[in-house]
Amino acid sequence: MKLTLKIWRQKDAKSRGELVDYQMKGIEGDMSFLEMLDVLNEELINKGEEPVVFDHDCREGICGVCSLQINGEPHGPDRLITACQLHMRKFKDGDTIFIEPFRAKAFPIIKDLMIDRSAFDRIQQAGGYISVNTSGNTVDANAIPIEKEKADDAFAAATCIGCGACVAACKNASAMLFTSAKVSQYALLPQGQVEAADRVLAMVKQMDEEGFGNCTNTGACEIECPKGISLENIARMNREYLKASLKG
Amino acid sequence: MSILDSKIPEGPLADKWTKHKNTINLVNPANKRNIDIIVVGTGLAGGSAAATLAELGYNVKTFCYQDSPRRAHSIAAQGGINAAKNYQGDGDSVYRLFYDTVKGGDYRSREGNVHRLAEVSTNIIDQCVAQGVPFAREYGGLLDNRSFGGVLVSRTFYAKGQTGQQLLLGAYSAMNRQINRGKIKSYTRHEMLDIVKIDGKARGIIARDLVTGEIERHSAHAVVLASGGYGNLFYLSTYAMGSNVTATWKAHRRGAFFANPCYTQIHPTCIPVSGDHQSKLTLMSESLRNDGRIWVPKRIEDAEAIRAGTLKPTQLSEEERDYYLERRYPAFGNLVPRDVASRAAKERCDAGFGVNKTGEAVYLDFAAAIQRYGAEKAHTSGIHNPTKEEITKLGEEVVEAKYGNLFQMYEKIVDENPYKTPMMIYPAVHYAMGGLWVDYNLQTTIPGCYAAGEANFSDHGANRLGASALMQGLADGYFVLPYTIGDYLSHDILTGKIPTDTPEFDEAEQHVKDRIQKLMSGSGAHSVDYYHKKLGKIMWNKCGMSRNEKDLKEAIDEITALREDFWKNVKVPGTADNMNPELEKAGRVADFLELGELFAKDALDRKESCGGHFREESVEQSGEQKGEALRDDKNFKYVAAWEYKGVPKEAKLHKEDLVFENIELKTRSYK
Repeated sequence: MKLTLKIWRQKDAKSRGELVDYQMKGIEGDMSFLEMLDVLNEELINKGEEPVVFDHDCREGICGVCSLQINGEPHGPDRLITACQLHMRKFKDGDTIFIEPFRAKAFPIIKDLMIDRSAFDRIQQAGGYISVNTSGNTVDANAIPIEKEKADDAFAAATCIGCGACVAACKNASAMLFTSAKVSQYALLPQGQVEAADRVLAMVKQMDEEGFGNCTNTGACEIECPKGISLENIARMNREYLKASLKG
Repeated sequence: MSILDSKIPEGPLADKWTKHKNTINLVNPANKRNIDIIVVGTGLAGGSAAATLAELGYNVKTFCYQDSPRRAHSIAAQGGINAAKNYQGDGDSVYRLFYDTVKGGDYRSREGNVHRLAEVSTNIIDQCVAQGVPFAREYGGLLDNRSFGGVLVSRTFYAKGQTGQQLLLGAYSAMNRQINRGKIKSYTRHEMLDIVKIDGKARGIIARDLVTGEIERHSAHAVVLASGGYGNLFYLSTYAMGSNVTATWKAHRRGAFFANPCYTQIHPTCIPVSGDHQSKLTLMSESLRNDGRIWVPKRIEDAEAIRAGTLKPTQLSEEERDYYLERRYPAFGNLVPRDVASRAAKERCDAGFGVNKTGEAVYLDFAAAIQRYGAEKAHTSGIHNPTKEEITKLGEEVVEAKYGNLFQMYEKIVDENPYKTPMMIYPAVHYAMGGLWVDYNLQTTIPGCYAAGEANFSDHGANRLGASALMQGLADGYFVLPYTIGDYLSHDILTGKIPTDTPEFDEAEQHVKDRIQKLMSGSGAHSVDYYHKKLGKIMWNKCGMSRNEKDLKEAIDEITALREDFWKNVKVPGTADNMNPELEKAGRVADFLELGELFAKDALDRKESCGGHFREESVEQSGEQKGEALRDDKNFKYVAAWEYKGVPKEAKLHKEDLVFENIELKTRSYK
């Protein structure tokens, strides 16, 4: 199939970027979206031009490093997948495809389609953990039975891959879905209860300091999340936050 | 006599580790504050080691090429993690896990190391649950288990098909706690490009900041390499695109012996290659083999018709199908170890029975499981005389609950519904059992340089059992290395900070800069991928699932020639002073082009068949095992540790004899 690509090119964080047109042909439906970009890059290298820089690693939808806004949607038109799992059979011959990086003030562009998501790491560092040492003599794993439903909900929240699609989808560039997923995972488990109040306060504080926007409940994040992280997590985080604030 | 000292403690097997921990030197907490440790790689082994070392009081610096420690490729592990908890009461024990691992590794691993691994396996589960890792649970609230290939008990803990992700996020959270305390400094988008030795000891690294291109010096009292495996040598593999051998190869060039490079694991259940554009392969968890039945058509005409698209697999009756694993290995059936399952698939496809358009695929069929689960579910739901449709529907629901995300992944890639038509699978490179040689303390042959997780060679012998990689990574990182490294560092309490303005750092930095300069100044005839793909083809065709002397000799010559061509003609666009992924790739492929040669040499040297290494010249000639791999304990019961001598193929072999005091060496039969 033949395609026209309009790709965001930007030399570095300080330079101005722009959309550049590329004509592609011979693209097969079985190719993944990133393999299509590989084909483009091989052509650019052979022509003596600089290839398009984009983040990619596992190429099976789990590392969370892809950060492509495809035709205005994080990870493209399909649901519940990352850009690396998108296949070209979802496009038609003659299509024009816009490819941009995830856009948010808290995610500065490094080069072309590559962004800096270290803000997410800093939110996790602020409190996204349970304070337990690796002594090797914690209690037996089966000493605390956990209701299956709660365990399943905690797991569902824990499947967040930290890609940032939620932020890119949100008109406020809010990181509430991301932050609430971690807060929820631990709030749902007995192990996480002890530090629950401190955790939610510290993580939300860091989230605000990084410059992410507020949540106005539009739900775009949930729709675009490749792992289907539920909005319920945001509601749970709000409850946890309120509880913690009242505790003072 | 070998110069290799494995330092396995004396005494009865079950007491070795306890006794060792009781007698090695410790560093007191006040002194730990004066000691710096570098950890390269932040996957399960590196992340857990960094967190634990920082917790103990050492100053830790971590390095990863990814933009966050959370993205290390451990995250992609699907199936599960083994532990000898015996929660199912099915007769499991530390000894059985130890025995299965040694047997599964085809008697090419150390008894002492493997027993320690089995011992600490139970602590790992306790530790992870305490950290909030959401393992799968039963309705009673207790942890669930499943069984995995090569064993007869259910000892695998899992979190749907995302066990690696959940365990890695656990280690990452433990790291974050220490980053927040200021005990870990995390360097992301940084790549280690050399190791610095002072007076023979590892004292630091040279790293490149991948964003700015700056070359940096970092010093420490010890360096831990937890940089993963080297399967991307084959170009197509289930590894992440960035997975590489660079850190361990640089250590090898500086004096760390590389052990058993030819032991690579080819995983039987991956999605088959679809075309030349393919950049990587996707694994389907081995847990699918618990319920899926593997088959190809019995008649070659049927296989041809399927390839031509004129026949559908669902049109073939039971009698027309060859469930070749069940036929050849009645005791283990579809649950034989990975190496056995992979070779059996290749054998059928080479004989012309392969099923997709390339002829390189076999079926993994869930129809029987769907019927079995459906009938069971109908019974427990009180549905009497259910129709076939009802049973199928209920069965599909059960299968979806167990493997839903894997089925979804398959459907996205292949565009076929695996509930209705059998999945197609084919083996792919998945794991490297070989790696840096380490002693019982996980120290390489460079004093002060340690290797953990997949980066070392230690515990899996010639073949790794399913769900054992996560176990080993976390065992090394949480429970072994943080203690054994203290024995070495106890001699460093008065050393003080290691300065970086020394001739050794100058030399290493210059070496790195010269190499980058050389990579940037190729003639520009071909891209990096061009060379990587060529190397991958040589490896897959001549050093892949089965190997012979002629092919291996050719491979060595071809790789040497390809490497020469690479250094003359590679094209790296852009400049070295900013983000340049092509330059990163070029450096990694340059190292693969050296490793490949050593790999082939190691495979050539090992004239026996064992585990993942199958030599066509070494097969059973008669009896029940006819045609199966033939191990040669008399001549090859050793670890091959290679010393770098300037050119990979001129590496010098050192043999570490493997001593079996507790296990009797047997032919590994799964019949």
